Amino acid sequence: MVDEVILLDYWPSMFGVRTRIALEEKNIKFDYIEQDLCNKSALLLEMNPVHKKIPVLIHNGKPVCESLIQVEYIDETWPRENPILPSDPYQRAQARFWGNFIDKMLPGLGKLMWGVKGEEQEAGKEFVEMLKMLESELGDRTYFGGETFGYVDIALIGFYGWFDAFEKYGNFSIEAECPKIIAWAKRCVKRDSVAKSLPDSEKVTELVPELKKKKRVG
Amino acid sequence: MADEVILLNFWPSIFGMRTTIALEEKGVKYEYREEEDVINNKTRLLLEMNPVHKKIPVLIHNGKPVCESIVQVQYIDEIWPEKNPFLPKDPYQRAQALFWADFIEKKVCVCGRRVWTTKGEELEAANKEFLELLKILQSELGDKPYFGGDKFGFVDTVLIGFFCWFPAYEKFGNYSMESECSELMAWGKRCMQRDSVANYLPDPERVIGYVLHLKKLFGLE
Repeated sequence: MVDEVILLDYWPSMFGVRTRIALEEKNIKFDYIEQDLCNKSALLLEMNPVHKKIPVLIHNGKPVCESLIQVEYIDETWPRENPILPSDPYQRAQARFWGNFIDKMLPGLGKLMWGVKGEEQEAGKEFVEMLKMLESELGDRTYFGGETFGYVDIALIGFYGWFDAFEKYGNFSIEAECPKIIAWAKRCVKRDSVAKSLPDSEKVTELVPELKKKKRVG
Repeated sequence: MADEVILLNFWPSIFGMRTTIALEEKGVKYEYREEEDVINNKTRLLLEMNPVHKKIPVLIHNGKPVCESIVQVQYIDEIWPEKNPFLPKDPYQRAQALFWADFIEKKVCVCGRRVWTTKGEELEAANKEFLELLKILQSELGDKPYFGGDKFGFVDTVLIGFFCWFPAYEKFGNYSMESECSELMAWGKRCMQRDSVANYLPDPERVIGYVLHLKKLFGLE
C-alpha cells in the first residue's frame, strides 16, 4: 500500500520547517497544504482539535501533532534512510534534552517579537544567552549530531529563517554573538532537505509588521 | 557490571515523581538523594550534573546525567525494556503517548504553576483553565482504566504526580476535584493501588504544608 502523507503547515513556521526537513531527509513524498491561520480549515481543526495549530502530519489519515514528536515519528516509521536520532539510548536522551531546550527558547522569542515595547532588550539578551549555550554544546563539531546531521540540528535550523527578523527587532547581531552557530547554519543550508524547507529570510522579515498587527487585534 | 543509578530529587516535585515511579516500575536499584534546599542552596553535584537548568530531577546512570523528567522516563524505558514497558511499540501509538505527555508538560504544568504564583483575577482564571485542561485529559482517558489502555504506561507516569497535589489545588482553589473530574480521580485511585505509586507519592497533607510555606515565601498568602 502506498503511504499517503499530508502536511498541514504555514510557510514561515519554525516548527513546520522541522517536519518538512525530516520528510525530505527520508525522501518521503508528501502533500503540502498551506494553512490560513486566521481562518483555520475544517481539516486542521479536525486533525488537531486540542491545540488547533500547525504543523500537523497526517499519515494514512491519522494525525501526528507537535513538530519534535513528528520528527521522531518520521524517524521510526522510515528508519532506513538518513537516521535522525542516534541509536544509543544515552545519546538519544541527550538529543531529546537539547530539543526540549530549544523549545524552551520560544516564550522568550515571543516576547522579543510580539511583546510589550521595552521587553525586547531583556528578551534579546535571554535568547543570545541560550544560543551561546547551544554554541558551547556544538563545540567544534560539524553538526549537533556529530558528523551526521540529526535531531538537534533539525530542531534548531527552523529558527534560522527568522534570525534576520530577531536581529532587526531585538537590535543585536547573531553573527557577532554566536559566530559558530551561523557557521553551523550555513553548513546545514547546503543540505537539500534544509534548502528546500527553510522560508526566505527576507520574506519572513517583511511579514513581521503584518503579523504584529494581527496579534494586536487577535 | 552492576548499574549505578542515582536520582537527585526534591520530594514535592511532580517531575521527580515521574522518574521515581519509572525506576520503581522497572525494579531498578537506585540511590535516592534529596536536594534539601533546592531553591537556595543547590548541591555541587546538582550544579555539575545539570549545569544548563540547575534543576531536579537529575538521573545519573553510571556517572552520566540525564535531565528533564520526560526524557528520563523515555530513557529508563529504553535501558530497561523488559519489565513493565511504558511506551507502546507501535510508532503511531507512541506518538500519541508523547503528544499527551507534551500536553501535560506544556499546558497542565504551566497552568498549575500559575495557580501558586498569582492572586485575584489572575488566580481565578488560572483555576478555571486548570480544570478545563484536566477535563480534556479526562476525555482522552475515556473508559480506559489507564491512559496506557489496560496497562499503566507512559502518560500515566507523567500525570500521576499531580494526584497528591490535587487536594492542595482543591483547598486553595475552593472547588472539589471529585465533583469536577470524578473519572480522573477514579483513575488516580486506581494508580494508587500500584506499589510504585502508593509507596512513593508524598502524603497530600505534607504537600499542602509545602504550598503554605511557598505562599509565605513569595508573599502570596
